[in-house]
Amino acid sequence: MENSLVLVLLLSPFIGFLINVFFGKQLGKTVSGALGTLAVVVSFLASIYFFVEINQTGKPISIKFFDWISLHNFKLDMGVLLDQLSLLWLLFVTGIGSLIHLYSISYMHDDEHLNKFFAYLNLFVFFMITLVVGSNLVIMFIGWEGVGLCSYLLIGFWYKNQEYNDAAKKAFIMNRIGDLGFLIGIFILGSLFSTLDFSTLKTLITSGTNANVTLLSLAALSLFIGATGKSAQIPLYTWLPDAMAGPTPVSALIHAATMVTAGIFMITRMNFLFDLVPNIQFIIAVVGAVTALVAASIGLVQNDIKKVLAYSTVSQLGLMFMALGFGAYNVAVFHVITHAFFKACLFLGSGSVIHALHHEQDMRKMGGLRKIMPITFITMMISTLAISGIPPFSGFFSKDEILMTAFHNNTILWVVASVASIMTAFYMFRLMYLTFYKEYRGTEEQKHHLHESPALLTFPLIVLAILATVGGLLNLPGNNWLNHYLAPILSATEHKEHTLGTTEYMLMAIAVAGGLVGIFMAYSKYIKQNFVPKPDAEINGFAKTLYNKYYVDEFYMSLIVKPIKSLSNFFRETLEPALGSLVYGFGTMANKMSVTGKKIHTGSIGWYLTMFTLGVCLILCYLFLF
Amino acid sequence: MNVTTILLIFLLGAVLTYVSGNKLASKIALGFSIMAALASFYLLQLYLANQNISFNGVWLQSPKVFLSLQADGISLAMVLLTTCLMPVIVLSSFGNIYNNAKSFYSLVLFMAFAMTGTFLATDGLVYYVFWELALIPIYFIALIWGNGSIESRKKAILKFFIYTLAGSLFMLIAFAYLYTKTGSFLWNDLVKLNLTSTEQTWIFLAFFLAYAIKIPIIPFHTWQAKVYQKAPTVGTMLLSGIMLKMGLYSVIRWQLPLAPLAAKTYMPYVLALSIAGVIYGSIVALKQKDLKKLLAYSSLAHVGLIAAGCYTLTQDGLSGAIAQMIAHGFVIVGLFFAAEVIYRRYDSYKIKDLGGIRSQTPKFSSLFLLLVLASVALPGTYNFVGEFTVLFSLYQINIWYAVFGGTTIILGAYYMLKMFQNVMLGETNTKAFADVNWTETFVFVVIIAFLLLYGLYPKPITDLVTPSVKEILTIINR
Amino acid sequence: MNNILNEIGIENYIYLAVILFSIGVFGVLYRRNAIIVFMSIEIMLNAVNLLFVAFSTYHQDAEGQVFVFFSMAVAAAEVAVGLAILVSVFRNIGSIDIGKLKNLKG
Repeated sequence: MENSLVLVLLLSPFIGFLINVFFGKQLGKTVSGALGTLAVVVSFLASIYFFVEINQTGKPISIKFFDWISLHNFKLDMGVLLDQLSLLWLLFVTGIGSLIHLYSISYMHDDEHLNKFFAYLNLFVFFMITLVVGSNLVIMFIGWEGVGLCSYLLIGFWYKNQEYNDAAKKAFIMNRIGDLGFLIGIFILGSLFSTLDFSTLKTLITSGTNANVTLLSLAALSLFIGATGKSAQIPLYTWLPDAMAGPTPVSALIHAATMVTAGIFMITRMNFLFDLVPNIQFIIAVVGAVTALVAASIGLVQNDIKKVLAYSTVSQLGLMFMALGFGAYNVAVFHVITHAFFKACLFLGSGSVIHALHHEQDMRKMGGLRKIMPITFITMMISTLAISGIPPFSGFFSKDEILMTAFHNNTILWVVASVASIMTAFYMFRLMYLTFYKEYRGTEEQKHHLHESPALLTFPLIVLAILATVGGLLNLPGNNWLNHYLAPILSATEHKEHTLGTTEYMLMAIAVAGGLVGIFMAYSKYIKQNFVPKPDAEINGFAKTLYNKYYVDEFYMSLIVKPIKSLSNFFRETLEPALGSLVYGFGTMANKMSVTGKKIHTGSIGWYLTMFTLGVCLILCYLFLF
Repeated sequence: MNVTTILLIFLLGAVLTYVSGNKLASKIALGFSIMAALASFYLLQLYLANQNISFNGVWLQSPKVFLSLQADGISLAMVLLTTCLMPVIVLSSFGNIYNNAKSFYSLVLFMAFAMTGTFLATDGLVYYVFWELALIPIYFIALIWGNGSIESRKKAILKFFIYTLAGSLFMLIAFAYLYTKTGSFLWNDLVKLNLTSTEQTWIFLAFFLAYAIKIPIIPFHTWQAKVYQKAPTVGTMLLSGIMLKMGLYSVIRWQLPLAPLAAKTYMPYVLALSIAGVIYGSIVALKQKDLKKLLAYSSLAHVGLIAAGCYTLTQDGLSGAIAQMIAHGFVIVGLFFAAEVIYRRYDSYKIKDLGGIRSQTPKFSSLFLLLVLASVALPGTYNFVGEFTVLFSLYQINIWYAVFGGTTIILGAYYMLKMFQNVMLGETNTKAFADVNWTETFVFVVIIAFLLLYGLYPKPITDLVTPSVKEILTIINR
Repeated sequence: MNNILNEIGIENYIYLAVILFSIGVFGVLYRRNAIIVFMSIEIMLNAVNLLFVAFSTYHQDAEGQVFVFFSMAVAAAEVAVGLAILVSVFRNIGSIDIGKLKNLKG
């Protein structure tokens, strides 16, 4: 029963994928979309079943299907591990996944390749589930690369546009840089412990077998590099903003709610390893905080509605990594969940706006949509309040816990994170004001077509907005359901709970005040002064640097991509022919020798005979004289 | 029934194909290659049931040469690779019309005969004869039925022929030397020799020259790209899918057991060279303008990693290398077939002439993409199993080998996806592109199904290969 | 038996043979007419034959004389073949000047 239900959970999206690939065209758009959605809903229901069960028994379910790869020292099983952590992820992946599938039926209805879109989405969910439930690191790696593939396919969904294809390729390759790190981490752990099973690894590492701190740090660092790729942290974050080339539901599902949290999932999974290497934890915290700040500052001046959200995602992920770095895995997970709610809502909301404006994404050409699209506006506003950390919305609780953890561990990073939070509030309200307030700045013709989105689009928005509102209940201070729920996973260290004292209330107040300051600054600039961002050409000063994302892309381009390309040209045009002619050299040499040698052969018989005679004489002389 | 059956089927097939005439040739060739495949599966069953499937006969009295053909797990895996790929390769040529088809298909089968013989022979001289015999058909196939002007073809293929032949001569010298020591060419006798380290060094180097040219390891690879480009696609498939593996297989079978001390001494250099080949091949592939040449360099990069796996002298390295050989054999045949499918429609391998194909051919582009993904070793494909195991073995030697060897997963993705983007994606091409027909689909599906199936369940192949790998390792560590 | 070598010393036979052989060699090297070259070869052969016979007597051993019969027979055959080649050469190039036979030039 359990085995087969696990299979249902795992394979349902895959079957949806197969059906959509092979029969999608015949089924028609609505059926195809409905099937795709159903496949994910089935997984969601199965996840709920297991969630309830595990809440009662408290025992993780682990199932081995068959032997997969046999190595000299150990075997890798194909198996699943359903524990508190994976079920939590399963719930929100399949839950939000279902909503976004539902949304996509309407959003993508005009696209001729709708069945393919659903096929890819289903495949993504399948790989995401594989990532989450895998019983060892290599199965996680299957899912890890698999979601990368789906991300590639979906970013480049409109493959006729080569810019989108470039973005897709960039995402895949940058992810693969991280993946190499991940693999190296796997190798280190595999050769140290002769196993890659999470449960066995946990026992071995916590018991201190083979505790080679250098190698363990190296392994943790490698895994973290893997996480920076997938979760868009410095230095591998630049693919995520470009990934907004994909359809908006994809951005919501993959590039905000689920796939990009894989890095956090992995580090939480391996918490027993990271707890042993404080140096690496510190690096993670610093990288996370710096990413949060850098991404937030870039987000301040972006004009593409999806780009703002993308940088906001990078920034929020940075905060989560900072929490991970402080060993507060439960806090990071809490923020992952609330973030999934409000960020998915924001993306879907922006999708709703983009849908209404016929694929206009530039906020300079929006405005005044509040009255025309009330549902979209309200839901987005709720989520914006949540992300800005305004109580009582969910973001307030999770972000506040992160800031508190930071304050207790490292004051400098706390300041950095707080500044990033203020910026977040600013640019999110900037987004809201530019999009929904004041007058509409687009063309008259577009204005006539403006409309609130259909119910299929707004329903997921409403659900997500509700979740974004009440998500904080998961881990209310004092109740701490999530902390208790995750305790068996994080048992290696005692999980940190903050008793609410004066300091904590102070911190809360500071955080809320910071959020309000950000909002106020946005208000005074965009509502009071009625400021509209300038056209691209007129941006100058530091804003230009920000607008151009600190020129990081250009930096990578000239430091890495261009040298490789010119090296490739050098190899192709110079070294290859040179090596080739070296081999030809032997042939040429033989040829030359032959040309010289043939001069002796005059063809005159007299000459040959003379030589012959001379030769005989010489031999005779030699024989007789020596 | 023993292993000679497969050889006889191929030989008989070659003769009958030639006799049957141009019209029937392709079908007869397909029939015989399928028969060979079935026979090899039957032999596999016998082998797994511990029955004797080897063949022993005397060929020459003086010098003593035995017609000794034996199969252990490794050679059986390679024979199966050959016999499974042959029907696919023959079938892939069904869309083409060749002048003098009977000679063409006859040569193809003859080449399969020689390659199978190479994998089976356990007498050094017989092995050498098969090894060289495989060169003759491909020379004519590439010369007569190749692409491009006859002059350029002649130049590239003559170079290949003489280059590999010259390399192999050193191997012959090594065998002759070993014969003076034991009075036998038999593998079983040769591996029992106790050679001094100087002797081993010379033998190692002689073998290395032969194999490095065949595999190829940089800087001995210069024949490769041109020949792949000029040969007809069937020839390219035979070369890249099977013939390269002859070199890699020979490293495991002959070079390492005969000169284990030298192999251990020179391991760092050879590993460094192989891994340099991985990076070099990947970087050169990046800017290629010709689809077939790009695939040739990708092949250079992949075999570099396989060779590195072989030279680690660890169980993981060897079995990973074998897995990767099989996976690479299939995927590269599939990729060259994709190039051929494009060539049939657009009459060009130039990447700049292509692009915008995907919107016209959903089926073909999905199949092509799957092959591209298999070639970049996406987990779930058999290539991943091989690459993972090889990289893991490299890590156990030294972490830097794994890091530099691992760049293949980044650079590989870079050049393959770039190629895919330039060839398939973008605005719809102005020239019409008919989607793949039934035979073409079938070829692709067979290859992809194989890679996915064993990617998820590689146990059968691992179980076949591992005992023999262990045996070879005990000989190496004697 | 009245040995002829008692009257004329063995060294004189050797001198004669050397002179004959040298004449043959120079004839082969310096004459261009193929027939004369041919004749020179015969002279060399005969010089050797003479030596054979002389030594045979000197050593009181008949084997040398047997060899001479062999070599005379072979020489006869050789002349027949050689002349046939010359005739065919003459038919092909209209001359028996060996300076004109340069097909072996590399």
